[in-house]
Amino acid sequence: MNGSKCRVCKQPAIIDLPRHNANFCAEHLLQLCRRQVEKAIADHDMLSKDDKILVAVSGGKDSLAVWDILIELGYQADGLYIGLGIGEYSDVSLDYTREFAEARGLSLRTIDLRGEYGYDVPTAAKVTKRVPCSACGLSKRHLFDEAALAGGYDVVVTGHNLDDEAAVLFGNALRWDVEYLARQYPVLPARDGFPKKVKPLMRLTEREMAAWCIVRGIDYQVEECPMALGNKHLAYKEALNAIERESPGSKAAFYLNFIDRMAPILANLNEAATGGLNDCSVCGSPTTADVCAFCRLQERVSGHEPVPVELVLTKKARKAYLAGRT
Amino acid sequence: MIVRLRQPTREIVVEGARDVNQLLDELELNREAHLVIRNGTLVPGDARLDADDVIEVRPVISGG
Repeated sequence: MNGSKCRVCKQPAIIDLPRHNANFCAEHLLQLCRRQVEKAIADHDMLSKDDKILVAVSGGKDSLAVWDILIELGYQADGLYIGLGIGEYSDVSLDYTREFAEARGLSLRTIDLRGEYGYDVPTAAKVTKRVPCSACGLSKRHLFDEAALAGGYDVVVTGHNLDDEAAVLFGNALRWDVEYLARQYPVLPARDGFPKKVKPLMRLTEREMAAWCIVRGIDYQVEECPMALGNKHLAYKEALNAIERESPGSKAAFYLNFIDRMAPILANLNEAATGGLNDCSVCGSPTTADVCAFCRLQERVSGHEPVPVELVLTKKARKAYLAGRT
Repeated sequence: MIVRLRQPTREIVVEGARDVNQLLDELELNREAHLVIRNGTLVPGDARLDADDVIEVRPVISGG
């Protein structure tokens, strides 16, 4: 038997959300999520109904959910998927993304990193001897920016949620990295060859986004990226969830109060830190160097034989990855 | 009940009925980081799970 009732309609609940001290049925969970996205968009002037929007989609719950919500709310949004070459994980992620777009008649563009740029994330990690998330993030940022500008999009939407942002804030605050703290805002305005970027899920948790997908019948990549297993970002999320469990609402207060109270204080630092950009001599993208970081990475790693995923994982991550494949 | 877990994907058998939060506590899983699904439908923390249910415990945290 299910005892708890929806806070709105008093029908049987499907989820408890301790941070709201309330339970919700499917219909009112969806309503809550839509309203939180509308509030984020309105509070931070993220999007207008006339904007041509490019959604960065990965096949995971957050990017598919944000695309779904935006379409529901009446926005015009296309998707871009980047095939990172992370073995079976990337293949399955692409399948979920295609399935989602095809079922809704949405426009999806795909880029294959190895096919079009001559490398993949595991190989880049091996050759550069850096953590895989470094080459992955750099490649995605560059290619989403480039595709948005080339395609005449007004804005790039990413599926970063409240947990993602709180974890990044936690990491930056642990180091008191003022430069990164000053840049942490859910809207990056267009400037100097960079498109506008926004995070409409900034007020919603990962648990709420997974629930959105389940209620809406959206199949997504549930497995964790094998390259991310054991990374610091996950450790920060675990720490924040341990606090959240003891004190519901802490995560939202930590991040959303930072945005309301601290980000305005740091805004001047952010303005002072920008500027001094020129065009990359290879691709024309804005950069502080002669050649941009993406072109330097591509030059260094393209042409190398593909490196299997398991060869670039930490011992702990490899164990988890191989156990997941049996 | 049969409980399907992820990361890595596996099944375990849990004897007897209990509520969702009890199950997560026994499995040492944080409620904030998981959803529980019974027959394709989400169930809240106080929902009673029967001994013959098939349950999925789905992690919601991603590190990318």
